[in-house]
Amino acid sequence: MTIDRHPPVTDWATDFDHTDPVWVNNPFPIWEELRETCPVAHSNRYGGTWLPVTHEHVSSIAYDTENFTSRAVVVSEARPGPNDLPAPIGGAPPITSDPPFHAMARRLMLPAFAPKKVEALEPFTRELCNELLDSLEGKEVVDAAVDYAQHIPLRVIAKMLGFPASDADYFRHVIHLILEEGINIAEEDDTRLVEGQNIDAYFDAQIADHVENPRDDLTTFLLNAELDGNKLMHEHVRGTMLLILVAGIDTTWSAIGSSLWHLAKNPADRKRLANEPELMPFAIEEMLRAYAPVTMARMVAKDVEVGGCPMKVDDWVLLPFPAANRDPAFFDRADEVLIDREENRHAAFGLGIHRCLGSNLARMELRVAVEEWLKRYPDYELADPSTVTWAAGQVRGPRSIPVRLPA
Amino acid sequence: MRVHVDPDKCQGHNRCYALAPELFDVDDLGNAVELNDGIVPEGLEHKARLAVANCPEYAIEITE
Repeated sequence: MTIDRHPPVTDWATDFDHTDPVWVNNPFPIWEELRETCPVAHSNRYGGTWLPVTHEHVSSIAYDTENFTSRAVVVSEARPGPNDLPAPIGGAPPITSDPPFHAMARRLMLPAFAPKKVEALEPFTRELCNELLDSLEGKEVVDAAVDYAQHIPLRVIAKMLGFPASDADYFRHVIHLILEEGINIAEEDDTRLVEGQNIDAYFDAQIADHVENPRDDLTTFLLNAELDGNKLMHEHVRGTMLLILVAGIDTTWSAIGSSLWHLAKNPADRKRLANEPELMPFAIEEMLRAYAPVTMARMVAKDVEVGGCPMKVDDWVLLPFPAANRDPAFFDRADEVLIDREENRHAAFGLGIHRCLGSNLARMELRVAVEEWLKRYPDYELADPSTVTWAAGQVRGPRSIPVRLPA
Repeated sequence: MRVHVDPDKCQGHNRCYALAPELFDVDDLGNAVELNDGIVPEGLEHKARLAVANCPEYAIEITE
């Protein structure tokens, strides 16, 4: 018998589901209503999940590594089990790690994603964007997500890891599995194990190739890296590869897509950016605030109360940074997109010790992708707004944006 | 005017270095430090305030 785990939501305060089509299509009104009526919502789905929607609660949980663990960060039917690396390491360090291990695992990876390292990737990214734009020439309607946005982070991440760019379809499969399909696979279902083994086998093949042919990339770096004088555990290497692949592609692809979608719908913003290029840094941050792709998650590590709600050990907690970014108690005109917003302490990349490792890379890719698109197509519009579709789950961005290019 | 980055609060968001590279630098890990003992040269006061107003961690202060 198949259980329908996702009947349509009728009460967002007591039975929410972040994969419900209403949320997927437009979550902002849901969060707005909850902020006024029930700022920490609860649902029995996924075995018990909490949803804080104010900046105050989201940030306090992000900073509280004592009562909340990062051992699992994708709300799923299954919770981490005996086959998963335990806290404080978790299956994909350092995103799944807790103190004190977290600081060591993160420190190891920070230099590769520091601003000056990322700057060196900008020419490659710009060239890649132009190659993609060349391939759109002469077409009347193109898909800004499928034909452009998705390829940019995918190619950059493949280059950084030293994986073949020709495996792009497989990367998309892994990402979809982890972030969308996989969250519905029950603990007792063998699919979980089989898919996990397939992914491990892919990484093992890449590792074997790098052992034989070491080169200047993150895979060789991870294979040579040491923590406390010891080489990384094999599972740690694979876990970090998985993290970079999943967190480095879908997220930035979503941010680029949302920005191009916004600019397609708002010709005034587009024209202003063309005439006042000095606004670009502020516009990019505003896109990140208004359309932050990533909702993180924690598990409750110790029974704790947040906003009067009793959270119990092993409950899931969604951390919707996009909801925090629209909280009118924290931002003026929170629901408006102001491309010249000068004061912008948004939390698109999280807060505290888990600040997105790749934020510098994501920002560079987003800025370059938007700059190059606007240089080539300062005028474009949605071909048909009803055909835009959005990803379901904790990473939100448009998966299809048909746009009409000027003749 | 002087600025100061609290190294215990800085998480490497890199907003200050992006907005005011005349006033801040980043180390190999991507964490920020103020340049020139934090002294803000005349004419860069607005950039200093921008850096403060865009730090998600509230790690930067204007100290005098």
